[in-house]
Amino acid sequence: MTGMNENPLDLLPEVLLAASAVLGLLLGAWLPRRRQWLTGALAGAACTAGIVAAAMAATKPVETAFGESFALDTLTATSRIVILGATLLVLALAMPRLYADPRETEFYVLLQLASAGALMMAGSQDLLLLAAGYLLASVPAYALAGFRKDGPGTEAALKFYVVGALLGVLMLVGVTVLLAAGRATAYPMLRTELAEAPAGLVAVGTLALLAGILFKAGGVPGHFWVPDAVQGSSAPVAAFLTTIPKIGALAAFYRLAAVPLADADLPWADLVAVLSVASMTLGNLAAFFQQDVKRLLAYSTISQVGYLLLPVAVAGRTDLDQEAFLYYLAGYALTNLGAFAVVCALPAAHTIDDYRGLARTQPALLASLVVCLLGLVGTPPTAVFLGKLEAFSAAFDGGYAWLVVVAAVNTVASLFYYLRWIAPAFLSHGAVGDPGTRSRSAAVVAYAAAIGSVLLGLLGGAVLDMLGGPLAR
Amino acid sequence: MLTAIVLLPTAMAALLLCVPRSAPRTLFLTAWVATAAAELVLTVIVWAGYRADGGMQYETKARWIPSAGISYHVGVDGLSLPLVAVTCVLFLACAAYAWRETRRPREFAALFLFLQTTCLGLFVALDLILFFVFFDLSIVAMYFIIAGWGHKDAARAALKFFLYTFIGSLALLLGFIGLYLAADPHTFDIVELTDANPLAGRGTYGGLVLLAVAVGLAVKTPTVPFHTWLPPAHTDAPAAGSAILAGVLLKMGTYGFLRIAMPVLPDAWRDYALVFVVVGVVSVLYGALVALAQTDFKRMVAYTSVNHMGYIILAIGAAGAVGAGQEEARRLAITGSVFQMVSHGLLTGALFLLSGVLYERGRTYEMSAYSGVAGRAPVFAALAGVAAFASLGLPGFSGFIAEFQILTGSLGPEPVATGLAVLGILLTAGLFLRALQQVFLGPLRLPVAAPGTDRPFPDIRVHEGLAIVPLLALGVVLGLAPRFVLDVIEPASRTVLELLAR
Repeated sequence: MTGMNENPLDLLPEVLLAASAVLGLLLGAWLPRRRQWLTGALAGAACTAGIVAAAMAATKPVETAFGESFALDTLTATSRIVILGATLLVLALAMPRLYADPRETEFYVLLQLASAGALMMAGSQDLLLLAAGYLLASVPAYALAGFRKDGPGTEAALKFYVVGALLGVLMLVGVTVLLAAGRATAYPMLRTELAEAPAGLVAVGTLALLAGILFKAGGVPGHFWVPDAVQGSSAPVAAFLTTIPKIGALAAFYRLAAVPLADADLPWADLVAVLSVASMTLGNLAAFFQQDVKRLLAYSTISQVGYLLLPVAVAGRTDLDQEAFLYYLAGYALTNLGAFAVVCALPAAHTIDDYRGLARTQPALLASLVVCLLGLVGTPPTAVFLGKLEAFSAAFDGGYAWLVVVAAVNTVASLFYYLRWIAPAFLSHGAVGDPGTRSRSAAVVAYAAAIGSVLLGLLGGAVLDMLGGPLAR
Repeated sequence: MLTAIVLLPTAMAALLLCVPRSAPRTLFLTAWVATAAAELVLTVIVWAGYRADGGMQYETKARWIPSAGISYHVGVDGLSLPLVAVTCVLFLACAAYAWRETRRPREFAALFLFLQTTCLGLFVALDLILFFVFFDLSIVAMYFIIAGWGHKDAARAALKFFLYTFIGSLALLLGFIGLYLAADPHTFDIVELTDANPLAGRGTYGGLVLLAVAVGLAVKTPTVPFHTWLPPAHTDAPAAGSAILAGVLLKMGTYGFLRIAMPVLPDAWRDYALVFVVVGVVSVLYGALVALAQTDFKRMVAYTSVNHMGYIILAIGAAGAVGAGQEEARRLAITGSVFQMVSHGLLTGALFLLSGVLYERGRTYEMSAYSGVAGRAPVFAALAGVAAFASLGLPGFSGFIAEFQILTGSLGPEPVATGLAVLGILLTAGLFLRALQQVFLGPLRLPVAAPGTDRPFPDIRVHEGLAIVPLLALGVVLGLAPRFVLDVIEPASRTVLELLAR
């Protein structure tokens, strides 16, 4: 256990992002409209610098910062790199679209603040900091969801906000109850205290706390906002909402499972397993007959949360869980963003029918889409395949073979709706849909994400080796 | 060497996709044929350097994902080498057959080249995950071939094919994970797993893993009751696609049994051998009976695949029968099953290409739409006749050698089942003869003139002949002089039995 460490440089990636957000806000106030993109560039630079800082921090030994409230370990380092990398991709998707928009700066500022919130959630080792991270990740995201100020956007933001506010309050209740039960909010303390606390109190507190985490992760039962918010908001925002807060929330979930709740007298693993089954099954079933591609992807991300919860369920019970979880997280982020990048690249195409015959008009874009969607299914040699393999192995090894079988069945079910999208796009007979004009920059992001997802899968060995470090305790 | 054989087609496919679509059609097709021919030459070189009793050869092992126990490990032995060879032959035949393909030839050639990589990769893979990667990618490639170039209900058939075989592949993956976790240290390497026999004496665990692996492979094979994806996929796929699907992809299942299930799970295999015998016999009889009921030529051929694959399952089940003690017979059964894979690949490949010829001229597979075709197209009729007789197992053809070995080998350990399976040969003989008679003999009657043909029902064209004749010729060569293949297979089948007897 380290002493009081209050070196702000430990939080360099978070600080960089927040500072660039504030600086961007000031800059945006006097920059001419056609120069506002500079604030976006600043955000990109902050993300890049943050990735470098996180990578350098990852080589240092595990420690905690600010009185044990923030963990500096492999989990934090990996989440930082993935979150910042994902933010960069979202910036690349959004910037050409927003060029000379009256509220261009505001978008980048909100984006950075929400990402900073996700970073806080991923690293926090204290329930109060977790709650603060939740708020920071949520409030800018509400504004982002309604950024277009049109009907669907407003509805999306409103629904997102109402669900988020309700579950956020519930989460604070959970923090309070756990504080009452464990007489602390710091994880290392809670770990020992909760083991002796009354089981009923711990159960109630944990469930309430999970409400907020599952809301951010977009997992059942906190998933109600996902399809509407994703469909109603613009495509880059949708890409953001389904990726970045999820990473922060799931990393927090994993840390909760591995540290404070590991020894509590609670059927914790069974609870996570049930949540996992519910997420993947409901997400898949609801995605089956969606026509709107954003809505389809929204449900697909709900089901992906289910698979991501497999290693969480067996956290600490096997030596495969952390590597599997982090690798899957990275693979999911890249692949999901790739799929959304294709949606961004064809701004006028909203339904599956609009993609009909894409093989003839945009073969490279279709290839990226195929790689990303089949990647989400878990077709080798993409990153998600290896992530799934590791997650399945971890759950199997941790004694949850039935969960693996359910996940495998769900994977097959998911194939159905992904193919419903791919097949008409690939087939050339029949009327060709109208995908509209193509956004070149978004297409480049899509190609990069698709190639990256295959490369990450092929080079998985080297990456997996880096993900095995211990957690801060 | 093997790595080059595996990766060359995909490299070529990537190259073709970089060439603009507007390039002349023949460029893509020539490149395809040239690559397929080069693959065959490379395989012949490998075969020439292969020592029949040397076990695993041309091995390469490289670290890939060491922390997950995954490595890039390839090699060939007597089980895989004949299948690698037959794969190359069939792909070359399909490349020749597709010479007149006009619908998006660039993508067609690229997909087939990619598919060739996955097939060859699977047969040389010595790591479970590598095996799985190729297994899954072959499904993806075949899905696009069926969906993009098939006819009628192609999209639906392709979806059905994909979903079914993907379920199978996930069951297989679960089994592989079970094996991985059972081994100490954890590994996916087939050779290490075979040596370790990790599930020895763990009855229930072994049984469950075998169940998962067997379901996965049985869907791909396909055996009754997992065969329902096969008829639509075959019927609606383009002719070259059907030929590869039946000739190569189905072998992935049966090869998996011999390569993975039997050597790695010997205890469980011996315990449940009877299940495979029963499934095999049911597949033989059911496949033949349903084929007999078909009026659609291609569908009929598709169902005979269920029948022919059933013999293989019967043989490998009989080889695991406990207390039989008839070493010689069981070895004959294993050898016969590998020989059947080779023979079926050649003959069914030829039959599907022939049915493609039929469809191209008449735009239907319905046998009642044709009559007396022999008069109009004698060469076509002769080739179809040869293929049908070879497929029903007439002496002098490879099918006879294979079925003779399987039935002789299985008769000792499993007399009743084998007795029933012999009826299958009778049924296939009946259905092929009936089909030949209906389509080729009698007064001339053709479907209403197909659009695009200048005269109704021209005889076999050069490129079609170049594709089909070598397949049938090889069938005859293997039927008359099978030794050079059997010499390669026999040591390997002895090894399989030794591993099974542990």
